[in-house]
Amino acid sequence: MTMTIGIVVFPGSNCDRDVRWALEGCLGLPTRFLWHEERNLSGIGAVVLPGGFSYGDYLRCGAIARFAPVLEAVREFAQGGGPVLGICNGFQVLTEMGLLPGALVRNSGLHFLCEPAGLEVTPGRCHWLQGYGQGERISLPIAHGEGRYQADEDDLRRLEDEECVVLRYGANPNGSRGDVAGLCNRAGNVLGLMPHPERACDPATGGLDGRRLLAAALG
Amino acid sequence: MPLFNARVQVSLRPSVLDPAGEATRAAAGRLGVSGVQRLRIGKAIEVDLEAPDRATAQAQLELLSDRLLANPVIEDWQLELHEAG
Repeated sequence: MTMTIGIVVFPGSNCDRDVRWALEGCLGLPTRFLWHEERNLSGIGAVVLPGGFSYGDYLRCGAIARFAPVLEAVREFAQGGGPVLGICNGFQVLTEMGLLPGALVRNSGLHFLCEPAGLEVTPGRCHWLQGYGQGERISLPIAHGEGRYQADEDDLRRLEDEECVVLRYGANPNGSRGDVAGLCNRAGNVLGLMPHPERACDPATGGLDGRRLLAAALG
Repeated sequence: MPLFNARVQVSLRPSVLDPAGEATRAAAGRLGVSGVQRLRIGKAIEVDLEAPDRATAQAQLELLSDRLLANPVIEDWQLELHEAG
């Protein structure tokens, strides 16, 4: 059976269609939208949690989304080794769910940042980043007000030791501890990142550094 | 069933930078209040809850505070509980 990439749609998601365009339009990969009440992931080979403002970001970014029925299925999928990618708000949701450690809080400079960000990739075991070289420098757009990664010293050291910090800002734009821009779980199947790879896939809109990441979905 | 009123105070943990609080502190200075040494912004959440007794209400509100209203990675919380009426 041909597997499909599931794109989760919460009320308030706003990058779901961009992700679909990048995967289908630019990369020719099949996708299916997964509404937040969906529980059936049969035929799904990878899951993307897109950016936006799920449930209006009420209480905290990702805090309400965590209780969406679809995420119970996504949690099982991730625990079974299925590839899961959280972009921006999707990364915030993954931390609120506890699939990735830490939290994302207001940018240190308070501004919403919408600009290209230079990143250093250390793929390690990360399923999504196997198309990149060790230490490769790439550029992806960021667009967030709450992207400052926060974890205590012990957690941060453990993440470093276990090679879970897979994407790091060159010039830290938001005050993230450890310059963290993206984190992978120990198993390597769950990646959360604040930058938007789906906005760097179409030659009409700029860089193409996001293509290899999204192309790994069913890889 | 008795009704309980609770107030949950959620604050950023001391180790977490509060840029919104810092910006507000700077504004206080521009208002002419120059002595503000520390200003941290949190949330106060008011909850009315029905429960069979105080101990149950306390336990449910603690669960609510710890698992939903606050994120213990970045926030601390304090609970005040009163029986209504």
